[in-house]
Amino acid sequence: MKRTTARTTTPAPRLLIALAALALAFLLLPLIGLLLETPWAQLPALLTTTTATEALRLSIITSLLAAAVATILGVPLAWVLARKEFTGQRLVRGIVLLPLVLPPVVGGVTLLTAFGRRGLVGQYLYDWFGIQLPFSTAGVVMAEAFVAMPFLVITVEGALRNIDTRYEQAARTLGASPRTVLFRITLPMISASLLAGIVLAWARALGEFGATITFAGNFPGVTQTLPLAVYSALEVSRDEAIALSLVLLAVSLTVLVSLRGRFLGSRS
Amino acid sequence: MSVTARVITRIGDFAIDAQLEARPGETVALLGPNGAGKSTMLKAIAGLVAIEDGCIRIDSAAVDEPASGTFIPPEHRRVGMVFQDYLLFPHMTVRQNIAFGRKPRKMPADKNNDDDTWIHALDLTDLLDRKPDQLSGGQAQRVALARALATNPRALLLDEPLAALDAATKQTVRGELRQFLQRFEHGSILVTHEPLDALVLADRIVVLEDGRVTQVGPTAEVASQPRTDYLAALLGVTLHRGLATDGVVACETGGTLIASTSITGSVIAVIRPQAISLHTHKPEGSARNVWRTTVTAVEAHHDQMRVTLAGPPQLTAAVTPAAVAELGIAPGQQIWASLKATDIAVHPA
Repeated sequence: MKRTTARTTTPAPRLLIALAALALAFLLLPLIGLLLETPWAQLPALLTTTTATEALRLSIITSLLAAAVATILGVPLAWVLARKEFTGQRLVRGIVLLPLVLPPVVGGVTLLTAFGRRGLVGQYLYDWFGIQLPFSTAGVVMAEAFVAMPFLVITVEGALRNIDTRYEQAARTLGASPRTVLFRITLPMISASLLAGIVLAWARALGEFGATITFAGNFPGVTQTLPLAVYSALEVSRDEAIALSLVLLAVSLTVLVSLRGRFLGSRS
Repeated sequence: MSVTARVITRIGDFAIDAQLEARPGETVALLGPNGAGKSTMLKAIAGLVAIEDGCIRIDSAAVDEPASGTFIPPEHRRVGMVFQDYLLFPHMTVRQNIAFGRKPRKMPADKNNDDDTWIHALDLTDLLDRKPDQLSGGQAQRVALARALATNPRALLLDEPLAALDAATKQTVRGELRQFLQRFEHGSILVTHEPLDALVLADRIVVLEDGRVTQVGPTAEVASQPRTDYLAALLGVTLHRGLATDGVVACETGGTLIASTSITGSVIAVIRPQAISLHTHKPEGSARNVWRTTVTAVEAHHDQMRVTLAGPPQLTAAVTPAAVAELGIAPGQQIWASLKATDIAVHPA
């Protein structure tokens, strides 16, 4: 992708141009609609209601925690998938990628069956420790991490496959233990992809709706994140829903723009 | 310190069974064609691959011996390795690269001095704050060397250390590397497929072909007495295997060579292309070997012309371009060739 100047193209068929324009319009019009309907004058008031500020605070906290969980658990998983060969590897990769294609609401149901009060693990957590994950803020983090982790795993696994492992061998001959190699060679060498994976996972967690509402419910101040607040507001105040949507749109757009630089910009 | 290795291992269908030794202060070249198993041997000594059988010792202590269940991981072997394309860590400066392998438990002041010694000796003072992608090939090679030496290694392994350099740089760096290796107090093992590297840098040559050692000896001896077709081609000499009877060699590929020794038995005869004379008429003289033969090819080779003769025996003669012009030598032409018996080196094989 370094040389873009010497691109030779055949002239585009008119139909293609027309359809491309239609596609762009399809994606752009809802955004324009949102901006046109935004009650700009009341925006400060709408975004400072208790519901809005609590939802925003909760969204930021839970999405950051979910991104942290996805990173701490996802990087080792990506490393194992990229570097080790074991039987059932394809199955494991399938399981890792499943939340990408699974309807989030189904993800929420599966979480309930595992961690609900009568779930596979959840019943013991509750009986023995009194821990109840569903319908709690921790449940929100779990639901978000569940859907966000695959983004991190595939990004990091791809990066781990692409780096030259001989750098790691060189580090070993210089006296570095496997742990030192991981932290001083491997992770720094994939830092750009790792950061991209973390940001993608965080953005996915921030926008999470289906799994959260199924597994954690929709309680203001406890589990009602921004997307859930938008959903609830829609029934009461269209203006508030639009104002909250605008916040999510702004965040998503910022993430995309910063990631675009990461992915397409030249290194160093 | 010394390194001794008997490496027995398999990579897929490819089997390696080879041994080599590098004594303190000695540089041993592991010379062989691509895919002969040279790099695998080097990796085995470094601890980057485990051997299946045999034994690798550094200064008489086993670091990999499957029979006794010994395997010391690479980070504890203290073997410095310089990789073919140097593998300088791209996210670190030259200074950080060199400091990477420094042992933290030693006194900082003491170790700094150690690093500095190599930084000065290898002329890296001005490059310390650069990133690897801002270095020339020769500079990167010196940094890789300094990085390996900063760990105070007990042996040095160099994997094709000149292969990544362009021809002009190669010559300079080869000379620098030679000077360095002569001062290095421990054993060094140099992997190369380039005979000139081995001839210039090594005290001894171990020739590895298809996973087996085919020749071992002091550099000068291996250069003048190559025992295999591979080596003979590299060193630019003609080699004939055959059966000698009192110095007369019946070549396996046909033809006879008369040598000046009275050797009998299975032999390898080595002929330098420069020793062969070409004539348009039957030569009258002292040369014991005279043939009438056909020219099969004529090609320029540096400042000489290489004339291939059909034989038997098949031979290559090196003559001046002027001689080619004067004698009108061209492929298909009938010609006389002569060779003194004393110019045929015959080795028992």
